[in-house]
Amino acid sequence: MLTFITSAIRFGMSLLCGSTGETITEKSGHLNLGIPGVMCVGAASGCLATSKYMAAVGGLTGKSFPVIFFCILLSILACLIGGALMGLIYSFLTVSLGANQNVTGLALTTFGVGVSSMMVAKTRDFVLASRYFTASLPFARSLGWFGELFLSYGVLIYISIAIAIAASIILTRTRLGLQLRAVGESPATADAAGINVKAYRYGATCVGCSIAALGGFIYIMDNLEGNWEYTIDSIGWLAVALVIFTVWKPVIGIFGSIIFGALYICSPFISLSSFSNLTLNQMLAVKDLIKILPYVVTILVLVITSIRNKRENQAPAGLGVNYYREDR
Amino acid sequence: MEKEIALELRHITKTFGSVVANKDVDLTLYKGEILAILGENGSGKTTLMNMISGIYTPDDGQIFVNGEEAFINSPKDAFTYRIGMIHQHFKLVDVFSAAENIVLGVKDGTKFNMRDYTKRITEITEKYGFRIDLQKKIHEMSVSEKQTVEILKVLYRGADILILDEPTAVLTPQETSKLFDVLRKMREDGKSIIIITHKMHEVMSISDRVAIIRRGEHIATVETAKTDENALTEMMVGKKVSLNIHRSEPENPVDRLIVSGLSAKNSEGVPVLDNVSFTARSGEILGIAGIAGSGQRELLEAIAGLYRLDGGDITYNDPASGKAENLRDKTPIQIRDLGVRLSFVPEDRLGMGLVGNMDIIDNMMLRSYKSGKSAFLDRKPSRELSDRLVTGLEVVTPSITTPVRKLSGGNVQKILVGREISSSPTVLMAAYPVRGLDINSSYTIYNLLNKQKESGVAVIFVGEDLDVLVELCDRIIVINGGRDRGRQAHDKGRNRTADDEG
Repeated sequence: MLTFITSAIRFGMSLLCGSTGETITEKSGHLNLGIPGVMCVGAASGCLATSKYMAAVGGLTGKSFPVIFFCILLSILACLIGGALMGLIYSFLTVSLGANQNVTGLALTTFGVGVSSMMVAKTRDFVLASRYFTASLPFARSLGWFGELFLSYGVLIYISIAIAIAASIILTRTRLGLQLRAVGESPATADAAGINVKAYRYGATCVGCSIAALGGFIYIMDNLEGNWEYTIDSIGWLAVALVIFTVWKPVIGIFGSIIFGALYICSPFISLSSFSNLTLNQMLAVKDLIKILPYVVTILVLVITSIRNKRENQAPAGLGVNYYREDR
Repeated sequence: MEKEIALELRHITKTFGSVVANKDVDLTLYKGEILAILGENGSGKTTLMNMISGIYTPDDGQIFVNGEEAFINSPKDAFTYRIGMIHQHFKLVDVFSAAENIVLGVKDGTKFNMRDYTKRITEITEKYGFRIDLQKKIHEMSVSEKQTVEILKVLYRGADILILDEPTAVLTPQETSKLFDVLRKMREDGKSIIIITHKMHEVMSISDRVAIIRRGEHIATVETAKTDENALTEMMVGKKVSLNIHRSEPENPVDRLIVSGLSAKNSEGVPVLDNVSFTARSGEILGIAGIAGSGQRELLEAIAGLYRLDGGDITYNDPASGKAENLRDKTPIQIRDLGVRLSFVPEDRLGMGLVGNMDIIDNMMLRSYKSGKSAFLDRKPSRELSDRLVTGLEVVTPSITTPVRKLSGGNVQKILVGREISSSPTVLMAAYPVRGLDINSSYTIYNLLNKQKESGVAVIFVGEDLDVLVELCDRIIVINGGRDRGRQAHDKGRNRTADDEG
């Protein structure tokens, strides 16, 4: 049971980054469907930086702490920059050129999936590096279930929770957050109040994409322990669904992502003996059916929030609409 | 006492393409006065005000604030000169509270702390006697509360010159008088206020001086105390206008539409219509009076087949076949084809009936696209109709292919009402057709309705202005209710018939 929960948390954190990033982007009024692609590119940039650095220093085994620390820092930085560049492409197309947001987003996903596989064409094995990203505090195991549940994770997991909490505080408690939300809700109002709508949309999209990119990197480096798989984009779609599930609140996202993670990974943990009267193919079908549970839950949340019809729990009013200052 | 000048415009000119919106306008605003700006729809009042508040920049001319030349290129610049404008269309974030909206975008170097902000806003509300809950969300507010938030936004930014663009168009008379009390307090406080309004009695009651704009030019500025409504109207229109509505006696009226015992509930289960009965006769104008939101909209939509009824009957005596039909059994299109037409001008004007991004011709086609046999659209009849409307109703538009949303409010309404009339209806329902219109356009619409009446149409006119209702209508019913919102109003929508007024 404990393994199930910790696995769910680990898996959930890659979703959390993706959804926190998308929430920040959506709060500015950008419906970025390019998140799956952004996460692919982020993972590839991070991994590429790791392997290049390791090649340069000749492997990490037995190296001093600063060298390892710098490796982790550099990889994360590369991942963030990779994501930000994707955000920049998106913002340039939608804000500066006025392209349709949905089309741009979907194109960005296709683009990101392709580019990432090109980037990692040479090496797809980051298992050696992964060890350092998943390393937990040395005394964690000795603290029993408490250590297992709270302290057994790699550094990336804690970073993603910190980001979600910080994002939540910034969105609700600061002037920056207020103005960002105003841009997403009613860009015309924000513009009239002297807020630079374009700058906010560019900024939020790039920052949001950076955070989402980190989610992709976590998926490869932490969840898959360095084994590259071409499944990042499916995690990306789950992250987009998670944004709706969390009703655009990153703090709810922390719990939401764990629930989503649990639902997504629960099939191997379900004892197959209860399905003993099924054939093997049927069992596999049941497992696949279980995997769609997160989406079913998302639809349920959509139904519930629209029945309750509370304005605060709806998507930003300006979501998906490009803003042009009215010219006569 | 020598009066200090707060704002001065000299030789302001602004053109949009080939249209001259303002031409060589001079205007002076003194400290501690209320200046009313009067002009027909599309005469360039709003454009002029937008130049003061930084939304447009003038092509030519100078603006002086407190004696010094000001260069205002954005709303932000306007605030540095302590000028604030309250627009006709509110610019507020719906899911934010009043306080959040007020402080939005203010960079005063202080730490972000909503409690401090709320305290400072409260000081302003107490000073001028506003009554508002600062924690309330905008989407839960009434129109007048939203307007209060807009005014507070401007005051919070320290504006000394306030510009209000038709603030009373969406208010009830009670709300208007409350607003005017606040404005008078601001005047005592030394603030200068420019107010645009079409309602003559408001101009007379609130303003110190009146500036008249006609076709983009400044005609005159006169002291309110030394003039009267007729003189102002004459200056505004440029010719003598009779302010009397000619009401002819109805000629052998026939019962055309008999409504009996209509009841309906809205989506929340609250009764909006309760046993409403009346008869509309051909060759008559039936007025429906009452505060906006007392069920008028539901009533008209129910007749047009757009609102679900719980009880009652709508009997229509078809003049063509002579048969009596129950409209409750019919679809909206069947009702329309019988000649029952609805033109409803909602508070946001464009919300119902016209598509903003389409031009006049295409908006005409919304009513006629089903006619004709070819698979392709035939724009010719609509084009002719548009031309007729534009010339007949004096619609100010660059061309009939201009998107409707780019026209000024009054012109949009003329098109909406004109289109419904052009279909030669037998019952014409016009709700708030003069909402926000200047006096001349209003009379054009009244005359249109009168002409319909004289040609034997049963006209149902929903209005807010009681004086006009009494002048225009042959009979009036009063819809009552909605006075105190929130309480279960059992008499909501109950009617009293004041037969044969006047």
